[in-house]
Amino acid sequence: MSFLQPSDLDAILLSFQVACTATLLATPLGVGVAYLLVHTRIPGKAIIEGLVNLPLVLPPVVIGYLLLVLFGRRGWIGAWLVRLDIQIIFTLTGAIIASAVVGFPLLVRSIRLGMESVDSSYRQAARTLGAGGWDAFFTITLPLSGRAVFAGMTLMFARSLGEFGATIILAGNIPGVTQTIPLAIYEYTSSPGGDRMALSLCLVSILLSFVVLLASGAASKSLERK
Amino acid sequence: MQLDVSVRKQQGTFEFNAEFSLTGRRIGLFGPSGSGKSTLMHLIAGLLQPDSGCIRLDGTVLFDAAAGVNLPPEKRRVGVVFQHAHLFPHLSVRRNLLYGWRRTPEADRHIDPEAIIEVLNLAHLLDRGVNLLSGGERQRIALARTVLTCPRLILMDEPLTGLDEELKFQIIPYLNKVFARFEIPLLFISHSLLEMRLMTEQVLVVGEGRVEREMATEDLAQSAWAAPRQGYVNLLRLGRPQPHGDLWVYPWGDVRLVLTDESDSDENVVELDSREILLFKRHPEATSARNMLPCTVGKIFTVGNRVRVELHCGAQQLIVQIVPESLRELELAEGKEVVAVIKASAFRRLL
Repeated sequence: MSFLQPSDLDAILLSFQVACTATLLATPLGVGVAYLLVHTRIPGKAIIEGLVNLPLVLPPVVIGYLLLVLFGRRGWIGAWLVRLDIQIIFTLTGAIIASAVVGFPLLVRSIRLGMESVDSSYRQAARTLGAGGWDAFFTITLPLSGRAVFAGMTLMFARSLGEFGATIILAGNIPGVTQTIPLAIYEYTSSPGGDRMALSLCLVSILLSFVVLLASGAASKSLERK
Repeated sequence: MQLDVSVRKQQGTFEFNAEFSLTGRRIGLFGPSGSGKSTLMHLIAGLLQPDSGCIRLDGTVLFDAAAGVNLPPEKRRVGVVFQHAHLFPHLSVRRNLLYGWRRTPEADRHIDPEAIIEVLNLAHLLDRGVNLLSGGERQRIALARTVLTCPRLILMDEPLTGLDEELKFQIIPYLNKVFARFEIPLLFISHSLLEMRLMTEQVLVVGEGRVEREMATEDLAQSAWAAPRQGYVNLLRLGRPQPHGDLWVYPWGDVRLVLTDESDSDENVVELDSREILLFKRHPEATSARNMLPCTVGKIFTVGNRVRVELHCGAQQLIVQIVPESLRELELAEGKEVVAVIKASAFRRLL
């Protein structure tokens, strides 16, 4: 018996696919929400902030269930998507959405802290040099909070790799379609004689997390040197 | 430059009120910390919005509460050099310099980057990052960056505060060179009278949230003398020196002065404290002091136990501070001849 089954490779690949897609899709949105929270004076800021942070404190299973209600065939968004012939539940898209929602607060928190720590005088200097508000944001504020954006992305990526509760409810546990590493480990542990296989996937999981940490450390250092 | 300001701005418990009209090229905003100088600068640059009033620069309305006009900072063409330079830390010196230039419409770009790089001596810094530069280098880059946007007016907010004395006097000639060569009007903010005298011709005196007075910088320097414990410092602009034994002879108009300090520049500015000048009724035959200038007495003012005497040496003017008793013993009066005696080491070279 080899160290990993072919289905394990699928799970690893899927995990990567889900984590990368969720992080990349969420990042522009995260930057946008962080901008709203830091630089604007819109009404109901506290409510937006609460909503964004809610997934951080709710049990992932609850989030999964709420998403299921929302995206189900008779849910607000689901009913509308059915007409477009798009299905979310029990698909890879569902797994990505679940990961994105659960990881989003971590991303926004980090970007927000970064943006708040950028001295507003840099933006003022840019404005007096002829840059409009958006121009100053994209050429000064955003690059100066680059490390925070990257740190947020790393956190979210790692959180997505480990996402279990919301995913199993919204996307199910279908090998080759939505079965990511944590779901595969769960399946091994609940079937007799799967301990060894579960352990080898755990090792893979530890290794991956370690690589993410190392990569983020190195990238953060090179950003700092600039 | 013609600047008309009439604004009101409430910030917490601090109320700022300014009403003035200015014409000139080199104007100072002078006042103690917390008097509202920086507030005024932010209002003119568009970084703060007045509660009411209007601001006009050379016929362009920058702000008018009644008409609902409020140009954003990037449309005002008012450059700002901040006290801490605020160079963008993620860009190289070159990209910092060109940040504003690239955003200036081509029709307005009448200053060549090469020219300013040469005047401010920045060529060797271009490819560096900005985090390891000295304070003086940072200020020169900040100035060049602002000049390259070809603004109608440059505001400098205490640009020399925080630099040590020596550095300060190394930078002032650069500033003077830039403003003379590129003909950009300057509004210079400072609480240092000496900086004002070296950089500006005219000053607005700001205090407690109001513009109190507008006057020539030299008048301000002389009026400050009336305050207790404030001496007057003569600033002398001298030409290129010639060696004279182990000392140096500088031309000062048609007068020659002997100094201990050497210089290889055609223009030198030295300061001379008004209390370091001795007056003699007749020419002392021999003294240890190297400068003995025959002068005519001009106006005399007395405040408390200090007397300020204006002296005319040829076309030049010196101000001397003495005590009332000396005034009586020397029988000084307007039009009388005296000899001013100054030690060669009493002069301190600034620029």
